[in-house]
Amino acid sequence: MTPAKIHHFVENHAGALIGGVLFVAIWGGLAQILPVMLDTPEKNWQPQPYTSVQLAGREIYLRESCGLCHTQQVRPLVAEVRRYGPHSQAIEFIFDRPFLWGSKRTGPDLHRLAGKYSDEWHRVHLIDPRQVVPGSIMPSYPWLAEQTVDVNSVQRLMLALRTVGIEYSDDQIAAASSELAGMSEIDALIAYLQSLGSNLPPPAEAAHHH
Amino acid sequence: MAAAPALESAPAPLAAAPAGTIAKPVYVTRVVNAFIIMTVIWALFGMAAGVLLAAQMVWPVFNFEIPALTFGRLRTVHTNSVVFGFGGSALIGTSFYIVQRTCRARLFAPNLAWLIFAGWQLGLAAGMLTLFAGINTGKEYAEFEWPLDVAITLLWVCYAVVFFGTIAKRQVAAIYISNWFYAALIIVVAMLHVVNSLEIPVSPFKSYSLYAGAQDAVVQWWYGHNAVGFFLTGGFLGMMYYFLPKLAGRPIWSYRLSIVAFWAFTFTYIWAGPHHLHYSAIPDWVQSLGMVMSIILLLPSWGTMVNGIMTMSQAWGRLHRNPALKFTVLALAFYGLATFEGPMLAIKSVNVISHFTEWTVGHVHSGALGWNAFVTFGALYFLVPTIADRPLYSLKLANLHFVLAIAGVMLYILSMWGAGVTQGLLWLNLDENGELKYSFAEVMRAISPYYLVRFIGGALFFVGALIMAYNLWQTAFAPATGRSQPQQQ
Repeated sequence: MTPAKIHHFVENHAGALIGGVLFVAIWGGLAQILPVMLDTPEKNWQPQPYTSVQLAGREIYLRESCGLCHTQQVRPLVAEVRRYGPHSQAIEFIFDRPFLWGSKRTGPDLHRLAGKYSDEWHRVHLIDPRQVVPGSIMPSYPWLAEQTVDVNSVQRLMLALRTVGIEYSDDQIAAASSELAGMSEIDALIAYLQSLGSNLPPPAEAAHHH
Repeated sequence: MAAAPALESAPAPLAAAPAGTIAKPVYVTRVVNAFIIMTVIWALFGMAAGVLLAAQMVWPVFNFEIPALTFGRLRTVHTNSVVFGFGGSALIGTSFYIVQRTCRARLFAPNLAWLIFAGWQLGLAAGMLTLFAGINTGKEYAEFEWPLDVAITLLWVCYAVVFFGTIAKRQVAAIYISNWFYAALIIVVAMLHVVNSLEIPVSPFKSYSLYAGAQDAVVQWWYGHNAVGFFLTGGFLGMMYYFLPKLAGRPIWSYRLSIVAFWAFTFTYIWAGPHHLHYSAIPDWVQSLGMVMSIILLLPSWGTMVNGIMTMSQAWGRLHRNPALKFTVLALAFYGLATFEGPMLAIKSVNVISHFTEWTVGHVHSGALGWNAFVTFGALYFLVPTIADRPLYSLKLANLHFVLAIAGVMLYILSMWGAGVTQGLLWLNLDENGELKYSFAEVMRAISPYYLVRFIGGALFFVGALIMAYNLWQTAFAPATGRSQPQQQ
């Protein structure tokens, strides 16, 4: 059968059209996604899972969609490494659900943010960015200092993450209630920001995984 | 529309039966009308959100320190309302209109079509409330939480039943080209949505992606890129393949080219997602494969564009009298521009400059405003007078809309090119000692004039859409007396 004849058949049979579209459209995903799924990083080095406080902060980062203006992905380019720090590696993100690499840098990349600024700088910056960065167009987030973290929801998150293999112990989950009691959202968010990218593999491992 | 020959009886080999031998059924129109009205309402809502976002990037005070209106949450509202509200309503509505006429069959299960309408609109409205509240999955263009994901899946199955049910009832043997594209939209988006939305529910308002890190990234951009491919490109091509020949009064220039372009498009698009992840922590071979397939994608895209332009080639005389045709033809031009720019941006050595910059935002909007919105405006300027069986209320207002829309989209694209290239080059600029030449804040301040131009462009585009809404409203509902415009065709 010539291609024209095959198409003529498909065009006259709805079932063939449906099947044909599915058949043609499935290969790209299979070829690109499956190998990446099967390529699990070796486990002789792993980053630390997020603590309950960092997890609570990450939820606020998600809620306010910080990731729409800030990437967490340092590309392996000279200028980029100079600006932000060591380039990002896949193994650093194995606990990230969802991934928060972002697609746009209205503000700077945050993947190597840990320790670059003090907690107090972050507090001022989140509440009124223009106090510390003149000309910044980042929104102010004053409500983060006024609201407290919901302890129960964070414990539920830890339990859910346990089902996908993040090994939070019962003790860790129970301890979350005292760690988070009365904590403001801004403190939790700052704890998360201060953890970003601090979990680098040792150099030998880095070479192995790159 | 007496001048336009009926497409469903048009050119062999598209119709198996000669014109006039098949009885014309009574078509279902009210559910189509409902989708048309919501298309306009979502357009105005989503674009208003976009204009406010553009203002926030010039004057942060427009965040109002109100959580729901802060940039992060509002941008998610903007993208979801224009893509799924405006685009989704336009696609489902026009597909119901077109599939009946090209199949010469009454819509299958009209009550189910009404359920799809109600579900889609209520689901989206509920979705917007959750996004304003900061409830989102964090995956771009797939931000709705899991209960809405489940609802969308069920509605999509109903949509497939109505659409393919109508195809099954067709009185012409061959399935028309538009319907191939709508079929690809329904099938491929179902696949993308289900796979990308696999998540572990934690509570009614919270879930975790089943995938983590780099794997999540690859799945997300397989989804994200192909949501553009099959929702915003394929579906709207279905629209174009019906309305353009109808408005031009000509059959599609090359049937053979449309076949080749369709299958090549459907196969190739799926592979292009990884260009969203160039130089990221996914395997290099996946990036390179994505780049190569993105470049190949230029061929079917331009095949389709050439087919559309050549269809127009004998009908340019109709252009100045017909706002629907003007918007449709300009949409094709922007389709050509965006589908050229896309493969260029997918080349790693270009992407190294453009990635993460406003250039990407400009590229998206040359597609979203120049292609999706224009082709939809063209369809609306055709459908509303046709369905109401009355002439368009004001040709002058339609022409004013056209001018505002072009000015708006051009200011938008040009300003984002300027901003994006500035960001891309200055971020990577090193001095003779190998030190960074510009701080991030310096680059940010350098592009602020472009943000002002973008705001003006977006505002013009929005005002044009408001004028269209008024014009269409008057066309459909105003009393017949006092009309000054003669019928255009």
